[in-house]
Amino acid sequence: MSGLLKSTVGRKVAMALSAFFLMIFLVMHVSINFTSVFSADLFNQLSHFMGTNPLIQGVMQPILIIGVVFHFVMGFVLEAKNKASRGVRYVKNNAVANSSWMSRNMLLSGVVILAFLGLHFYDFWVHEMTVKYVEGDMSGLIDPNNVESGFRYYEELREKFISPVRVGIYTVSFVLLALHLLHGFGSAFQSMGANNKYTKALKGFGKVYAIGIPLLFVFIALFHHFTH
Amino acid sequence: MSILDSKVPEGPLADKWTNHKNTIDLVNPANKRLIDVIVVGTGLAGGSAAATLAELGYNVKAFCYQDSPRRAHSIAAQGGINAAKNYQGDGDSNYRLFYDTVKGGDYRSREANVYRLAEVSSNIIDQCVAQGVPFARDYGGLLDNRSFGGVLVSRTFYAKGQTGQQLLLGAYSAMNRQIGRGKIKMYNRHEMLDVVIVDGKARGIITRNLVTGEIERHAAHAVVLGTGGYGNVFYLSTNAMGSNVTAAWKAHKRGAFFANPCYTQIHPTCIPVSGDHQSKLTLMSESLRNDGRIWVPKKKEDVQAIREGKLKPTDLAEEDRDYYLERRYPAFGNLVPRDVASRAAKERCDAGYGVNATGEAVYLDFAAAIERYGKEQAHVKGSDENDKALVKKLGKEIIKAKYGNLFQMYEKIVDQNPYETPMMIYPAVHYTMGGVWVDYNLMTTVPGLYCIGEANFSDHGANRLGASALMQGLADGYFVLPYTIGDYLADDIRTGPISTETSEFEGSERAVRELLDKLVSNNGGKSVDHFHKKLGKIMWNKCGMSRNEKELKEAIQEIKALREEFWKDVKVPGGANEYNEELAKAMRVADFLELGELFAKDALYREESAGGHFREEYQTEEGEAKRRKEFQFVSAWEYKGAPSDAVLHKEDLVYKNIEVKERSYK
Amino acid sequence: MKLTLKIWRQKSAQDKGRMVDYQLDDVSPDMSFLEMLDVLNQQLIDNGDDPVAFDHDCREGICGMCSLYINGEAHGPDRGITTCQLHMRMFDDGDTIYIEPFRAKAFPVIKDLVVDRSSFDRIQHAGGFISVNTSGNTIDANAIPISKHAADEAMDAATCIGCGACVASCKNSSAMLFVSAKVSQFALLPQGQVEAADRVMNMVKQMDEEGFGNCTNTGACEVECPKGISLENIARMNREYLSASLKG
Repeated sequence: MSGLLKSTVGRKVAMALSAFFLMIFLVMHVSINFTSVFSADLFNQLSHFMGTNPLIQGVMQPILIIGVVFHFVMGFVLEAKNKASRGVRYVKNNAVANSSWMSRNMLLSGVVILAFLGLHFYDFWVHEMTVKYVEGDMSGLIDPNNVESGFRYYEELREKFISPVRVGIYTVSFVLLALHLLHGFGSAFQSMGANNKYTKALKGFGKVYAIGIPLLFVFIALFHHFTH
Repeated sequence: MSILDSKVPEGPLADKWTNHKNTIDLVNPANKRLIDVIVVGTGLAGGSAAATLAELGYNVKAFCYQDSPRRAHSIAAQGGINAAKNYQGDGDSNYRLFYDTVKGGDYRSREANVYRLAEVSSNIIDQCVAQGVPFARDYGGLLDNRSFGGVLVSRTFYAKGQTGQQLLLGAYSAMNRQIGRGKIKMYNRHEMLDVVIVDGKARGIITRNLVTGEIERHAAHAVVLGTGGYGNVFYLSTNAMGSNVTAAWKAHKRGAFFANPCYTQIHPTCIPVSGDHQSKLTLMSESLRNDGRIWVPKKKEDVQAIREGKLKPTDLAEEDRDYYLERRYPAFGNLVPRDVASRAAKERCDAGYGVNATGEAVYLDFAAAIERYGKEQAHVKGSDENDKALVKKLGKEIIKAKYGNLFQMYEKIVDQNPYETPMMIYPAVHYTMGGVWVDYNLMTTVPGLYCIGEANFSDHGANRLGASALMQGLADGYFVLPYTIGDYLADDIRTGPISTETSEFEGSERAVRELLDKLVSNNGGKSVDHFHKKLGKIMWNKCGMSRNEKELKEAIQEIKALREEFWKDVKVPGGANEYNEELAKAMRVADFLELGELFAKDALYREESAGGHFREEYQTEEGEAKRRKEFQFVSAWEYKGAPSDAVLHKEDLVYKNIEVKERSYK
Repeated sequence: MKLTLKIWRQKSAQDKGRMVDYQLDDVSPDMSFLEMLDVLNQQLIDNGDDPVAFDHDCREGICGMCSLYINGEAHGPDRGITTCQLHMRMFDDGDTIYIEPFRAKAFPVIKDLVVDRSSFDRIQHAGGFISVNTSGNTIDANAIPISKHAADEAMDAATCIGCGACVASCKNSSAMLFVSAKVSQFALLPQGQVEAADRVMNMVKQMDEEGFGNCTNTGACEVECPKGISLENIARMNREYLSASLKG
């Protein structure tokens, strides 16, 4: 088992496992975000749960961060090794003829997503962490019964989507996430060894997932931008 | 009494091999470790021999000119492999396989060898299945068989149309196991350029590393050649570009007799030559003749119009077509044996009826089959049998199911759709039955020098049956040579390692270096291919499908003159101490230029027609091959300098277990 | 047809190498690609130049020796064929054609367009076999029935010709299609299952040591493979490897 991560096949599996974890996380994230479209209250309550539950904060959050970091670092490691495996490059390479843009540019889409995550962390997570754990200001969390004066989650969310620039960046990033997922979803299954008679259905579902999830994120952003 | 001793064991035919195995000397396992064996060539014969010898405990050094043993030309065999398993319960037996092989070889092969071949054939299938060769199976999970080459039973095992590939990869995997264990040392991209004889025994070889040009000495207690056939003496053949006679020819020059060089099999259904640029010919499976009708136009003006593209073959009326095989051989029609079909095509083309630009092609037409199958299908489906479009569509579907991959291959190469217009085919050289003479133990006339597979002469006589080449290669390599070589090596257990630092190795190496230096410093005016193509033309025109005294005599003179011109005027760019494909080619062509002459000489001497050798002077009134009792022998030629000086030795062929009969197609 | 050829010329493994332009005037559309190169070489020899070295042997698409990267694709623009089966009618008069060797660190160039693919052989030495003695003293071939489906699938995997187009086409120079084809062939047959775990571990280990890259499932290998070896084989190898590692 220890040698697994050293082998090419093992690394693929590790990439796929972290990808699965992140894909599940995305579903959860978008589900909670989507509640903001129809119920500020529900959104606040869910956010409150996620933000204060010790299991989520103390266990799941670090795992998620490790997962994200692992997925990225491994992505870079693989890319470096793969580049080195070529040696001399082709003068003319017609890759368009045999593979999709998405499959060849996972690093590019990944880096854009990484950059977006930086922004996202700066916008929400760093701020939240600072307020909560550094400044010890729990004021936004104190009154679960008073939406207006208590929770600040919903208001902050609305605030962020006023800027058209941010919404633009947000949209572009999610388009790249969609491209990343369009290849990544099926690729993760292939890496785990799932390629059989169900593959066709899986591929169809993968497309729906890869386009649907980012689309929902973008929809939420646009919704708040235009309804403000 | 001939100096040739075939060493066929005494006793009844069916017991010879068992008795022989029981009585020959063996080398004990501890001593095998002290013995080195060189195997040259890694096709079915060489690869399987190397693997088995290593497994028995010998130290094996294996050599091939390709970049991997997996690329040997055995890989190109399509049809299948025969074995007397009688899985179909249709009456097959060792004797029947033996009988078919001897008869198919036109009674010019050695009885005892052929019987042994039939006897071990079943083992081959067991062995290959155990190795993971994915033979075709039926829905019950058992092995499937097809009938092949006009025999009365279904005994051919196959793996799609790639049986040779799968069997070769099986032998290659067995080799890999031994290479991994260190029992085989593999030398890829190495060409053998001489056999070293020490005290009358083969004790090593001289090779050239094709990447660096380095000349190397390799010593061993015995040398095995599994280096394939020499069809490329014709320049154009279905052989691989690198297939050559060099190893066998160098062995011949060191004392190994060369047997029956004139026995060549010319396959009737190949894709015709399209121009002077042609480098090789592609075989189309013989099975196409089951449904295709072969014809040329009756009138010369139609031929002319077709060649000029003014007339389409499909527009030619039935009465203007000459279905010459059906006309000449009403009983067998398009299914006459390979040699007959080939000669008939040549006859028509020589008479000026060839249908492509080069004048060397005949039509193989599926229109009738498409219509026949189409009507059948329409009938089965209850549709209108007179609906021409429907019938054509249904018929095409059947043809596609049977020959789809062949039709596709044809279209890729020729750029014509064979469903719509007749295919063009022409015969091409694809197997050589002749080769280095060996005794029952597969040893040549040089002690310690063995020869297996297509490179030797032993099992196919004057004509090889379909699906028998793979059988022979593997039989020799897996089951025969590894036992018989022990008999010889038993005397070598105290010999110790063979040194390469002897005058014999030095002499051989010097001779090789001189030859290479001469070629690279020749500074002539013509490329190697120029001479090879010229040689091929002479061979094809005068030693090809039908031969006569006058032309054979001319061929001998022309080849001789061409050889002299070659040494005077060949141009080999680059040096000897580097990767130099032209130099490698030049060495091979130099040997073909000698073999070609011996080939013609052998054909001239053999005043009869048998199998692949057809002498126009010796045919029946119907134009069939006429065998002559006084030529019931193997011609084994001893090297004495120039091919014209070669001395003939005869091994009489005695048939005690089979009645020698006429072949008839009426 | 008139063509401009841009060909990679490299004297030896140590040489740096570069693209060189050649003009060829009299090309027939019926020629195979390699016959076109024969014509070029004849022209070079006649002019006293060094002919272009390229690997080739059977010229009927089965030996796997030919290995050219033509206009940015392994075995050129046509599908389901090797370079020797590519015909010049796929090109137009006046075309410029780029010809490069198969590129991978594990396939070092020997000369011009000739590369050393012995890394493939070494992977096979590590486990590309069933450990059965070749003496013939084995059970009858029909003793173990094998379903037609499994036999056919094994055959499909076994048709790999080891040309290396998969590695050449892969942006990562990964050899997984090649290795998985062999792993699959044996894993699908009862005879091969006995040592399946050891086989996949050993072959993957050797593959990694040779310096091939990681598969990122772009699928380029499957598209360019002259024998249509399926990506399903890679998935099967991943499964085999995963279960072998977990057991081991």
